[in-house]
Amino acid sequence: MKLSRKWLLDYLPLDVSSKEFADKMTLSGSKAESVEQEGSILENIVVGLVTQIERHPDSDHLWVAQTDIGGECAQIVTGAQNVRQGDYVPVAKDKSVVFGGKKIKGGKLRGVMSNGMMCSLEELGLTQHDFPYAITDGIFILGDDCTRVPGLDIHEAIGLNDVITEFEITSNRPDCLSVLGLAREAAATFGLPFAPPIPKTSIAEDAAAPLLSVQIDAPALCYRYAGAVVENVRIAPSPRWMRERLRASGVRPINNIVDITNYVMLEYGQPMHAFDLRYLDGNQVIVRTARDGERITTLDGTEHDLDSDVLVIADANKPVAVAGVMGGEFSGIMEDTTTIVFESACFSGIRVRNGAKKLGLRTEASSRYEKELDANACLICLHRALELVELLEAGEIAHGIVDVYPTPPQANTIPFDPDYVNRFIGISCDSERQIAILQSIGCKMKDGTILVPTNRKDLEQKADIAEEIARFFGYDNIPSTPLRGLADGRVTPVQRLQRKISTVLLAAGCSEINTYSFISPKAYNMIGLPDDSPLRESVTIINPLGEETGVMRTTALPSILETLAHNYKNHNADAALFELATVYIPRGTEELPIEKQQVAIGLYGADADYFTIKGIADELLAQLGITGYDVRRGSDPSYHPGRCAELLIDGAPFAVLGEIASQIAENYDLSARLYAAQIDFDTLFAQQNTARIYRQLPRYPAITRDLALVCDAAQPVLALQKIIEKAAGSLLEEIQLFDVYTGDQIAKGSKSVAFTLRLRSKDGTLTDEEADKIVARCLKNLTAAGANLRS
Amino acid sequence: MKDQLNALLGDAQATIAQAQSTAALEQTRIAFLGKKGKLTAILKRMGSLSPEERPIMGALANETRSQLDALLEARGRTLKAEETARRLADETIDVTMPGRTKSLGHKHPFSIVLEELEEIFLGMGFSVATGPEVEWDYYNFEALNLPQGHPARDTQDTFYITERMLLRTQTSPVQMRVMERQQPPIRIIAPGRVYRSDAVDATHSPLFHQIEGLVVDQGITMGDLKGTLEHFAKRLYGEETRTRLRPHHFPFTEPSCEVDLSCFRCGGKGCPMCKGEGWIEVLGAGMVHPKVLRTGGIDPEKYSGFAFGVGLERLTMFRFQVDDMRLFYVNDMRFLRQF
Repeated sequence: MKLSRKWLLDYLPLDVSSKEFADKMTLSGSKAESVEQEGSILENIVVGLVTQIERHPDSDHLWVAQTDIGGECAQIVTGAQNVRQGDYVPVAKDKSVVFGGKKIKGGKLRGVMSNGMMCSLEELGLTQHDFPYAITDGIFILGDDCTRVPGLDIHEAIGLNDVITEFEITSNRPDCLSVLGLAREAAATFGLPFAPPIPKTSIAEDAAAPLLSVQIDAPALCYRYAGAVVENVRIAPSPRWMRERLRASGVRPINNIVDITNYVMLEYGQPMHAFDLRYLDGNQVIVRTARDGERITTLDGTEHDLDSDVLVIADANKPVAVAGVMGGEFSGIMEDTTTIVFESACFSGIRVRNGAKKLGLRTEASSRYEKELDANACLICLHRALELVELLEAGEIAHGIVDVYPTPPQANTIPFDPDYVNRFIGISCDSERQIAILQSIGCKMKDGTILVPTNRKDLEQKADIAEEIARFFGYDNIPSTPLRGLADGRVTPVQRLQRKISTVLLAAGCSEINTYSFISPKAYNMIGLPDDSPLRESVTIINPLGEETGVMRTTALPSILETLAHNYKNHNADAALFELATVYIPRGTEELPIEKQQVAIGLYGADADYFTIKGIADELLAQLGITGYDVRRGSDPSYHPGRCAELLIDGAPFAVLGEIASQIAENYDLSARLYAAQIDFDTLFAQQNTARIYRQLPRYPAITRDLALVCDAAQPVLALQKIIEKAAGSLLEEIQLFDVYTGDQIAKGSKSVAFTLRLRSKDGTLTDEEADKIVARCLKNLTAAGANLRS
Repeated sequence: MKDQLNALLGDAQATIAQAQSTAALEQTRIAFLGKKGKLTAILKRMGSLSPEERPIMGALANETRSQLDALLEARGRTLKAEETARRLADETIDVTMPGRTKSLGHKHPFSIVLEELEEIFLGMGFSVATGPEVEWDYYNFEALNLPQGHPARDTQDTFYITERMLLRTQTSPVQMRVMERQQPPIRIIAPGRVYRSDAVDATHSPLFHQIEGLVVDQGITMGDLKGTLEHFAKRLYGEETRTRLRPHHFPFTEPSCEVDLSCFRCGGKGCPMCKGEGWIEVLGAGMVHPKVLRTGGIDPEKYSGFAFGVGLERLTMFRFQVDDMRLFYVNDMRFLRQF
């Protein structure tokens, strides 16, 4: 909401700077977004009287003018053809600035000195809407609505000197979308007296019967409809003061009647509409829901199909306006309009909102009605419009007003409880002060009760009253207090595990990333998910920003690969990253999706290989105390078939890791080898074992034995290790794989695998014989599994 | 024999003084004191002495031995010190060469700020709560005093899954979920992802993070809200940070406020970061609306509370002076390695 300071001063004796005004209003709840001095860019431009004008001696289109700019004469060369002797024009003097920031300096034009420039409307930042009598392709010749005094600063001369404060008005305060509403707030803020004006018209008590009949068929949707007919309308531009105020409010002046409707809307917050009576069949207004099959072409020229969801203003035969949104094409004000109807009505906010949404039309009027306006204001606004008609001599009002108001609302009442307010806010504000504040915003006090004005529908209960008291008492004046009482703050167990995982992965060299939770459904193709994969069932956004962000991911792999791809394309030589990524598994429309986390890791780089990613996973599991898991070759289609592992607990897979299949990497334009791991968070959560019990440090020496075995090349090493572990039993302190070899020394199709075993007893020094026995037991079981001692 | 011993001592003194290494000194020790050394050779002749002379000579021999030991030890210490000094000198390296590092990963800037923030609130007795990101319209809007058709819904462009299911536009639904399962006292923060259909640019993202706070107890006042937020601001941005509450409107709080902090860069004098205002808007807050308490099963006549919501992106951008929000989601290693 742009507020003109001039307009505000009509109603309030405000005596503070614009900056102080903006600051204090902000602190009392009307946030000033900006303060703009109109025409502030213009410098050194004054009114000039053209005392003489003649042709340039060396040009057939230039003129040389002598201008009186207030006690001095400026010679100006101009190419404009519309300047005559005796005209008053804006003169941008030597060293001046015109609209757009362009600097004007004196200089010779074809040999003749020009000490400045005469300005067009555009060079002042104005348009023909501001001065309808001025031409667009010539100099702005000041009319008699300007102060035509040579040398007078142009801002003052043409009224380009308002200060505009733009307020952010929250949706609960439609009353503040008006000059008077803000005047009331300002009065309460600055402790100034304020009495809303009462419009006066010449309508006699016994005026002739209204020329218009009004019928409300949908009283639940139209609370009130007031109308009046103006005859002998003379369409003309509005006076300068009105145009100025409209311009300052960001509204384009059109003609007196349209301007009056806008003026009243800006002043009171009440949308007004003007119809041409010619097009109102039967001089009748019926407020009703549209009938299926009805159509209307709105003022903007678009045709709309209507249905019973849309509230319309109709005449005897057809809809002539979409109630509270926009008028119909032919009902608008034309140059030859002679009789008009002013409408000042109040409609259901939700209905207007739905109507506007349905027709794809959001107008200034509809955005105000949506917020539920005050039906009590309709009549006073109609009177104000008629007052302005008379003031502007824009027409005659010979007939009375129609006002259909089925059920005027009762003022809302709230018990006055000053102690509650003090307790709730934490202040001590005596009841006199509280009453004064409430009165300043228009409340009345009666028998310990607050009568809320009908334009403050947001005041419903005592907490709302507390806010009113608090904001004028000043949020700044509320004493700060710390929270009292003991409370035991803690993170959730899930969070604790997240932090632990994060710590381990950071230590493993992976950086943490944050990626979007929504992905393109095409991403499932990119990672090679089979067509029948259940992971393709995603939570789908009905109204996504684009396909790229159309579905909620069921796997974090696309996010990881995209991030790796970004880094690779940007020449980052290596990357190692992880995300604790949420994935979303749908459960139909009646249940919320399952949201679970995946620990997703991705890396590439010169030093990276399968064992890097495997090592990270091994270390993570070890740090979380998870030991009893199995590893087997995986067959995830996103991964290299020979370099993919699946981790299982009790036969249930909970992680997949390995090298990304090259054709998948190519889908992301990556020629590097990529490695990834996806680990189910819930399993980590369930299986984590951070309980630790101290084991005595060894007191007896250990015996070390190396075992070099030959087995089938396809034999998984882990299986051999498990055989040894089982056979060696509790005396095996540690087993380490130290070599795997295939080559000339070994038969084709076989490989050599070498382990180091460290054996130790906690009860005494182990003898060689005991160690030999253990090794023999291991070898026996290994041989049974096809692994023999290498000779 | 006495003369022999004296001669030996003199001879040894000279030899010890001439030894130039610990190894040479050891040779000297063996030559004089070893089993086949010169002293032993002299002592072997003790048997030829008279019983009267033997103890005298024995004492003399022992004295000679200990004199030799002392000389050897003194010379040994000197030589060892010289040798150590030489070795250390030889082992000199260029200490300015880079160290061998094991490169650690980097926390995402969000996590750095979020953990700090969590720590601050944990210290004030807040626990961490969570709620789903795919949420019912009921929790996101309806229960928060934003019924169907409420104009404030327009300001939060919502991604819908079905007519009733949506991507939460705020972390506030967690308030309601917590109230439903817990009676006061309540003191929680709820960090998480929220979604609004904003096109991506330097200051907008369709996905961003909020941290919600909720306190409900007997006698909670707006002064408590102010005190809590002031403490938070000072801990996060420094003791000199000032806090300003401005009246605002949120459907689920009453009174409501927006909270500005004095500009972290200029301290409130006005600079480009705060657009000359000296203040930066950081969070929204207010006293929990009685309707919301009631919907959550809490008696507003008995309890009151406050709530606040803060955007993690904004906090993080201010903290690290990041000027483009997109960087947080692109995850370029060159960006991440800066934190």
